[in-house]
Amino acid sequence: MSWRRYLAVARKELTHVLRDPRALGISIGLPMLLLLLFGVALTLDVDQVPMVVWDQSQTPASRALIADFSGSPYFSDMGAASSYRQIERQIDHNRALIALVVPVDFARRVASGRTAQVQAIVDGSDANTASIVVGYADAIVARYNQRLSLALAQRTLGRNLPLPLDLRSRVWFNTEMESKNFIVPGLIAVIMMLIAALLTSLTIAREWETGTMEQLISTPVKATELVLGKLTPYFVIGMIDMVVSVVLGRFLFHVPLRGDLGLLLLASTIFLVGSLAMGLEISVMTKNQLLASQVALMATFLPAFLLSGFMFPIENMPRVLQLVTYLVPARYFITVLRDLFLKGVGWSVVWGDIVFLAAFAALMLGIALKKFHKRLD
Amino acid sequence: MNGSPPAAVTLRDLEKRFGSFVAVNRISLEVAKGEIFGFLGPNGAGKSTTIRMLCGLLAPTSGSATVVGLDVATEAEKIKSQIGYMSQKFSLYEDLTVEENIDFYAGIYRIPHKLKEQRKRWVLEMAHLEEQRGTATALLPGGWKQRLSLGCALLHEPPVLFLDEPTSGVDPISRRSFWELIYEKADEGVTVFVTTHYMEEAEYCDRLALIFRGELIAVGTPGELKRRLMRDAVLAVSSSDSQGLLAALEGQGNLKDVAVFGADLHVVASKAQQAEETVRRRAREAAIELHSIEVITPSLEDVFVSLIEEREEAERPLAEVKS
Repeated sequence: MSWRRYLAVARKELTHVLRDPRALGISIGLPMLLLLLFGVALTLDVDQVPMVVWDQSQTPASRALIADFSGSPYFSDMGAASSYRQIERQIDHNRALIALVVPVDFARRVASGRTAQVQAIVDGSDANTASIVVGYADAIVARYNQRLSLALAQRTLGRNLPLPLDLRSRVWFNTEMESKNFIVPGLIAVIMMLIAALLTSLTIAREWETGTMEQLISTPVKATELVLGKLTPYFVIGMIDMVVSVVLGRFLFHVPLRGDLGLLLLASTIFLVGSLAMGLEISVMTKNQLLASQVALMATFLPAFLLSGFMFPIENMPRVLQLVTYLVPARYFITVLRDLFLKGVGWSVVWGDIVFLAAFAALMLGIALKKFHKRLD
Repeated sequence: MNGSPPAAVTLRDLEKRFGSFVAVNRISLEVAKGEIFGFLGPNGAGKSTTIRMLCGLLAPTSGSATVVGLDVATEAEKIKSQIGYMSQKFSLYEDLTVEENIDFYAGIYRIPHKLKEQRKRWVLEMAHLEEQRGTATALLPGGWKQRLSLGCALLHEPPVLFLDEPTSGVDPISRRSFWELIYEKADEGVTVFVTTHYMEEAEYCDRLALIFRGELIAVGTPGELKRRLMRDAVLAVSSSDSQGLLAALEGQGNLKDVAVFGADLHVVASKAQQAEETVRRRAREAAIELHSIEVITPSLEDVFVSLIEEREEAERPLAEVKS
């Protein structure tokens, strides 16, 4: 490999990028835009669930229960209903996710120590949200029950009754249990993979389409010089994207960054080289810009989004899919990013994932080099 | 070939097939060092395929070829540092400036830093692009682009230059100045292998090969090729209706060939006298007014048209038997 030729290719490629402000804008602006859009829109947190109430009882007791609901951050009272028909309409129009029906004899039954039944109607279209909502409702009712029982015990026994069991939970790493802390690091990995592969997927295909490749392969330039030379300027752009994403994640989304920055840089470098090489490989094989960009999009975004553990926990997937996820490089990068952002762990924990990323990078570079022939046929 | 300088380019039964299509059919020839060798033929005859095999861009199906003594099948990468190649389509980077393109290829050919400025100056001067060195290549007129391509192909002073239709789409004046550059390089000992379908350009070549449907039909100097047809006479016929006259002369036994040549007809026959009488008679019968009939020295185009027709004549019965 000649240093001179490598530099000539890298410099030429950089000039192409700098001369095309639109492409440059896309390569820096698109990842920021994606991060902002997804970062703001994608949330797994369920709160302020809209609720309608049909209070048939209209007593202090029923109002106390309803206040427990609407006073919590999980539910917001969207008004009263006075018939099942009204409840149905509110749920149909997505104005309410849950309806609470307090029966006429509620206060009477509670006062007389007989079990009172309160109905909760939940929109189950989104099963995940529905089960969280039911969980919230259960918890609020349980607390209401507990308060009643304790009050009853105090009245009958004349003293406070100790609770038999008290769970004290302590959440680590993501203390506020905010889903953005979980999503943003994963999002950075997904976006970086997509952008990196897209950036390079066009470069070799473009030269085949415009005919400049025919001239280039009639010279003594070597595949290594061409592939590495083309990779270099996009690596610089990718690293800029990476830094911008991390800064946005840290200061705009307030995701804690607890890990070693050097380790983050190392993992990003390896991941970026692999993804860029994958784009080049696609470019080498398709020789067509449109096809190359579509293949790059499909080959990076879908697996990175669906099979990396970004949104859907790998442990919950069918066994076969779980095995497939081992082939998705974003999986390892997401693990490393989450570990570094939230847990602040060191090399001893992330080295395994970094080894997998390095293997991926080596494989992609190897294929790109092997598949590039200085021949027209 | 004892005593003659070693050949710069040799082809031995060189063949290229794409599937069942034979693009180049077992061509053999030699090009001497410092020669301007023209490869002439209609579009799709196999000219570009041959030149691409010689540049190491396509692998031959069978046969062999060497460039400066290196085998195209096994030593293609070594050949690539010894040649300059200009493909049919303009293939420098349009978004880069003239100077950036030169710098890029100077890097690719690893021109020593000491020499680089000197070579760059030479290219800019040769291509008359000193003033445009900072201009984006896309903005240059066609002829200027060709000169820049030639300059980049010559940057590393290769002993052999392959030019694939270097002047297609270029105005006649630029074409002439382009050929002056080629002569200059040939005088310096550079071997030039050039394809073209311009007959006037063929006349500039030291030797010519005519290729038709992948086959080599004739090789020789322009003079030799013309003399070969001297046995027959060529009449230039100017009339009021060349197309009509062409139809009227169809199937006349004593005329070997009639072809449109510019606004005139060229008639090939073994006996000039007899042919002239036939033309006059048929023109009278078809009521076409004749302006002039004269016996002329055949041009290269006459030679090629008649060679191609001879070939088609010879192949016809064979093709009929086959089908």
